[in-house]
Amino acid sequence: MIAIENLCKTYDTRFGPRTILDNINFRLERGRNIGILGRNGAGKSTLIRMLSGAERPTSGHIIREMSVSWPLAFGGAFHTHLTGLDNLKFVCRVYGVDYKPLIPFVEDFTELGIYFREPVSSYSMGMVTRLAFALSMAIEFDCFLIDEAMVVGDARFHERCHVELFQKRKDRAFILVTHDANVIKLYCESACVLHKGKLVPFASVDEAYDFYQHIDE
Amino acid sequence: MISSQPSLLRSIALQMRVLHALLMREVITRYGRQNLGVLWVFVEPMIFTGGVTALWTAVGMNHGSSIPIVAFAVTGYSSVLLWRNCAGLSIGAIQSNIALLHHRNVRVIDVILVRCVIEIAGVAASFSILSTLFIFLGWMTYPIDPLQVVFGFLMLAWFGTALALTIAAATAFSHVVEKLWAPATYLLFPLAGAAFMADWLPPKFREVVLWLPMVHGVEILREGFFGNVVRTHYDVGYMASICMLLTLFGLYLVREAGLRIEAK
Repeated sequence: MIAIENLCKTYDTRFGPRTILDNINFRLERGRNIGILGRNGAGKSTLIRMLSGAERPTSGHIIREMSVSWPLAFGGAFHTHLTGLDNLKFVCRVYGVDYKPLIPFVEDFTELGIYFREPVSSYSMGMVTRLAFALSMAIEFDCFLIDEAMVVGDARFHERCHVELFQKRKDRAFILVTHDANVIKLYCESACVLHKGKLVPFASVDEAYDFYQHIDE
Repeated sequence: MISSQPSLLRSIALQMRVLHALLMREVITRYGRQNLGVLWVFVEPMIFTGGVTALWTAVGMNHGSSIPIVAFAVTGYSSVLLWRNCAGLSIGAIQSNIALLHHRNVRVIDVILVRCVIEIAGVAASFSILSTLFIFLGWMTYPIDPLQVVFGFLMLAWFGTALALTIAAATAFSHVVEKLWAPATYLLFPLAGAAFMADWLPPKFREVVLWLPMVHGVEILREGFFGNVVRTHYDVGYMASICMLLTLFGLYLVREAGLRIEAK
């Protein structure tokens, strides 16, 4: 279970404090999933940072009773001087997992070839994303955090991600944030809309979808 | 169900794991795999200390004392590098590792501590290697009380770490800290006890200089090295109290910094 209770997040600006997340509540049980829809700037990424623990809430609590991943396919934590293999080792050490058995999977999924042992600075964007996704899959979590905007790639990459995440790991919980209502309809069993700092819950994905279509202003 | 109750042992194990992971990462990213690689950890301070030793010997710096100049330079420079590098290199620790905070086990304190560990290990290695080499060459004598040398070194390392926690965390509050640190080290350096013994100073001035905790550390270390040949002035209680206060203040700042960090 992961639960957010009365979470607020405020950032200081030169024009005074700005509240991005305003008294947010939700709860997700093991094995379930939820989609969170929001327009640009609605606070989706901020919410992800709260959930991953990279930033602390201004007030309120996050209760984690299952292991929660770092944002899926997040490549920002790569050091460009390190090779793909170094980055795999690092992540494995942080989570206390032996990296050696994981090398074949990561090599196979990323299709990096010799570049797996070259510095990340020599990678293309696509290579970085594939490596980031493979590392996310290398460590097992009860709940995955997915920021849809981070998982960019061609159709084949999406297909392979889909297999790894939604087929091989369909027993896991996930929280998916996106601006794309169709993605939520495709993957999620429940949905909320993040709008003006509030998280609005809905009884069904369809209702969330309809509401979201009408907040275009 | 995994127990969510963190036992102390499990927390320590986790802490060690994260520090190990960061250590391996930091060493490779900082020194790379080319040429000397990891050896730079101690080659760098060794060049620094060795260079100053050579310089001081060449100009025959006369400090009116019976201490051999080589030993004087090695003990002095190692002491300075200890606190200066810990604090100096930890300044960028938060900014350059901010993305790692997405891994929930990695916390602000880890990225600062790991830089201190590397610096302390590097200076310790360079200090031991240079001392051994110079003793072997006959330019330096064996320390009178090695344990006291170690004690002085550890006190300076403690001070360096506490200073690093404070300064690195303070950068999360204001970038002015980074700007002020460079001039501060230049101003502190001549007063920090590397280039003099407290005993050589006029008593009034000595009193002022002994407000600086690192001077006590250098004096302890040198007394261990030279024994009764030198007259030393230090107060372990004073230095320990300052280190303790600075550690607590640093830990407090680190926690506060963790709350206000914006991890993009």
